[in-house]
Amino acid sequence: MPRSPAVEVHGLVKRYDGRTVVDGLDLTADAGRVTAVLGPNGAGKTTTVECCEGLRSPDAGTVRVLGLDPVADAAALRPAVGVMLQDGGLPTGVRAQEMLEHVARMYARPLDTGELAERLGLGAFARTTVRRLSGGQRQRLALAVAVVGRPRAVFLDEPSAGMDPQSRLAVWELVRELRDGGAAVILTTHLMEEAEDVADQVAVVDHGTVIARGTVPQLLAAGVDRDGTATLVVDTASDVDPTGLAARLGGRFTVERRSGTSLAVSGPVAPGTVAATTGWLAEQDVLVTRLDLGRRTLEDVFLDLTGRSLR
Amino acid sequence: MSVPDAPATPLADGPAAAPPARRVLAQAAFEARMILRNGEQVLVAVVIPVLALVGLVQTSFVALDTDGMSRVDFLTPGVLALAVMTASFTSQAIATAFDRRNGVLRLMATTPLGRGGLLAGKVLGVLAVEAVQVVLIGAAALVLGWRPDPAGVLLALVGVVLGTAAFTALALLVAGTLRAEAVLALANLLLLVLALGGGVIVPADRLPGPLATLAAWLPSGALGDVLRGALVDGALPLVPVLVLAGWTAVLGTLAARLFRWH
Repeated sequence: MPRSPAVEVHGLVKRYDGRTVVDGLDLTADAGRVTAVLGPNGAGKTTTVECCEGLRSPDAGTVRVLGLDPVADAAALRPAVGVMLQDGGLPTGVRAQEMLEHVARMYARPLDTGELAERLGLGAFARTTVRRLSGGQRQRLALAVAVVGRPRAVFLDEPSAGMDPQSRLAVWELVRELRDGGAAVILTTHLMEEAEDVADQVAVVDHGTVIARGTVPQLLAAGVDRDGTATLVVDTASDVDPTGLAARLGGRFTVERRSGTSLAVSGPVAPGTVAATTGWLAEQDVLVTRLDLGRRTLEDVFLDLTGRSLR
Repeated sequence: MSVPDAPATPLADGPAAAPPARRVLAQAAFEARMILRNGEQVLVAVVIPVLALVGLVQTSFVALDTDGMSRVDFLTPGVLALAVMTASFTSQAIATAFDRRNGVLRLMATTPLGRGGLLAGKVLGVLAVEAVQVVLIGAAALVLGWRPDPAGVLLALVGVVLGTAAFTALALLVAGTLRAEAVLALANLLLLVLALGGGVIVPADRLPGPLATLAAWLPSGALGDVLRGALVDGALPLVPVLVLAGWTAVLGTLAARLFRWH
């Protein structure tokens, strides 16, 4: 299926009071794909999507959404773009269903608000004011508002914040449906598992630039070195001494203690390496509780890329 | 510029905006409904002006030099001016400030309504609330024996629109530059100060000392004088009209320059 880039960001720079928040960022998002913009808080994710939504003007660089400039061509673009803001953007005194119907009136051919409300389980609180909704209920309403105009590009800023697992499932299902219907879905998140669950493409953002991009498998594979070096993670039921295992495996391997009961074996891991490791542990009378080869999580990739220190 | 071809999808008939007039009217109705549903807002916008009118007309605790007019003829234009101020300034400033803090302004700006449509909807929403105020306060005044100059009724509507322009500009200026809590405090305080000493109910030239001169140049005093001119004398007084227009120009320019959406 051919892909046309729905969002193209080149060299985006945005400063607030002289402080650079987005620093030469490049991003593309295809139609019919879910693109996750993944990064720690303060990485510049929200500012980037706000530039795509026409809410902020770039200090440098270009932004095109569906081929249009979000600021200069705002009037032409707005009907085709759906937005879910991080802070919701819902007036507190309005009832849920009333808000959805109000935004629907801005479009010529909105989705059926009753059906949409049912899909997202809004019925239970249709007549409740936004002020009294839980975080997850607000997020579901905000998502309904974002998609009611049948957008071709959807920007969701931290869509699952405050959502319970059931809400999240319903939301991801709708997101996949939008994607399968040909829309470009761009969502920001700092949750790795969220990107793994739902994203076709991931752009990892830190300090205002994209530091890695690709599909989830591509990003995960990037951790395995080209020369065949891999890491075998061994969790054990009791404490073990890494130097004993290192001596057994020989000089081509390094063994590091990740924690008291977890070792990381790095080197040209082969079938024999796994057998030697478990054999040595059996001699020590230590039970293996987990054996993991090369299956890094996106979280490992993310932390390797952005650093493990608190910020 | 054209939108690139999208893959054939259920969305292929393409997203489109509702016509501009429908969007703005929908927003105006939404804004007016939000205000009239809020108990505190109805209290400030309708109940207090009507009670003030009835209280001041039916009792003589407050001595008034009415220039030979009946108390109700003398007071009603000022009470209407006060009502315009509550709708176009106090309640609009507070609503916009909290909408700005909660991201409502930004969200609606990303829909086909846009920033211009949002502003137009707000102004029309204020005028709709004022229509309700004028009908209820006017009805109460007529029951109390109010006999306005018939020629002045249309002129008074011009005055209402002029006052609304100036005070909505002031509302947007404070709502777009200050924190929501600060706006809440300021908008109520300013309404009280202007109502008592701003030449609204008591005409500027009856106020003590330097306040008499100052109040005439305030938008509150000018609005009071315009409505009194229209409803009592059947004519629009030139100077207060120019004062209101001047405030509208200054406050509108400042609001357009300084308003922050974030």
